[in-house]
Amino acid sequence: MASMRSIKSRRNSIQSTQQITKAMKLVSTVKLQRAKTRAEQSKAYFTCMYETIRSMLAKTGEIQHPYVQGNDSKKKAVIVITSNRGLAGGYNSNIIKLITKTEMMQEDLKIYTIGKKGREGLSKYSFEMAEDYSDLIEDPTYVEAMQVANTVLKEYENGEVGEIYLAYTAFKNTVSHIPTMLKLLPVEAGDEKKQEKAAQAPMGFEQDESEVLALLIPKYVTSLIFGGMVEAVASENGARMQAMDSATSNAEEMIDKLSLQYNRARQGSITQELTEIIAGASAIS
Amino acid sequence: MADERNFDLKIITPDRVFYEGAAEMIEFNTTEGEMGVYRNHVPLTVIISPGILTITEEGDTIREAALHAGFVEILQDKVTIMAEIIEWPNEIDLSRAEEAKRRAEERLASKTPETDVARAETALKRAVARINVLK
Repeated sequence: MASMRSIKSRRNSIQSTQQITKAMKLVSTVKLQRAKTRAEQSKAYFTCMYETIRSMLAKTGEIQHPYVQGNDSKKKAVIVITSNRGLAGGYNSNIIKLITKTEMMQEDLKIYTIGKKGREGLSKYSFEMAEDYSDLIEDPTYVEAMQVANTVLKEYENGEVGEIYLAYTAFKNTVSHIPTMLKLLPVEAGDEKKQEKAAQAPMGFEQDESEVLALLIPKYVTSLIFGGMVEAVASENGARMQAMDSATSNAEEMIDKLSLQYNRARQGSITQELTEIIAGASAIS
Repeated sequence: MADERNFDLKIITPDRVFYEGAAEMIEFNTTEGEMGVYRNHVPLTVIISPGILTITEEGDTIREAALHAGFVEILQDKVTIMAEIIEWPNEIDLSRAEEAKRRAEERLASKTPETDVARAETALKRAVARINVLK
């Protein structure tokens, strides 16, 4: 049996770890509340934009524009949103897994990262690593999302990449976060909505349709990236809260077990001492 | 009936739902010029250029906001403004707007081949819209 002292020091160290995880859990709970409100507020824009563009494409039918038709490049740009800090359970590794396990050829992917953990994880593979925007995830703003969008759109227009994807963790609710891969460009019209929307009055444009789309699609891409960032922040804090919660309860369990062991060891040593004294006393008399 | 003249107006920004309610008429700037929308307008999608958005609510209350970028989806009884940037007058910092206006004008005045004229012009338009909405 381990000595009393070693059990005690082990228990103390677990106790201080537990204090840290407890504090981290509280911090991420507060952050989650804030991120959740933000995600909910921007969700309206995010979904509205998505639906508008889809239904617009369905209504206007075939449009001759590179944003819709795509180009010949085999390269695919993937914007990967992860966190800058760890200790969030499977949050970051799930996204990395999502990228490495895709059916797409690894050599064809060009990775743009938002979040240091994703960059560290993915740079071990044979992906082409492009720009890093890790600072943005701390406090995402729409203007910053615009920067990212402009960079990838430029690549797309120059024919450097043929498709653009966004990999982020969708925030369903506090306990459920889903790693998602979303295709940004070329835009595909929502097929299931085609018939239903076509019944409505046709949409008119002041300008040429393809001109309008050329202006709208960058906005669409930006808003999806922004929405992805905001949701990812909420998911990150949710995941961290869960991870820290289970870490705290695991620590609790270990402390209980060690306390029991410690008390047994203490009892054992007292009994032994007593036996020794009694044996000594009876030897003298 | 006032109700029959109104349409649903929804203004959404990336951060929040900016406005939601019934409106009788709205006016704003588009890339093709100024535009006013009543109920039963032809379905139309237009791109916004910086300017003042005027919302006439029921009972002729008029509200103004500086609308800088985005697009508008007009349906017969529903108008959705997807605004990238929009501000109520009380959210605008006048001195900052004036400073931005001065800088944009400077950039346009001392044009070099590298000057991004389109960007400077948009910046100028934005600043002017901000200042006008405060007046």
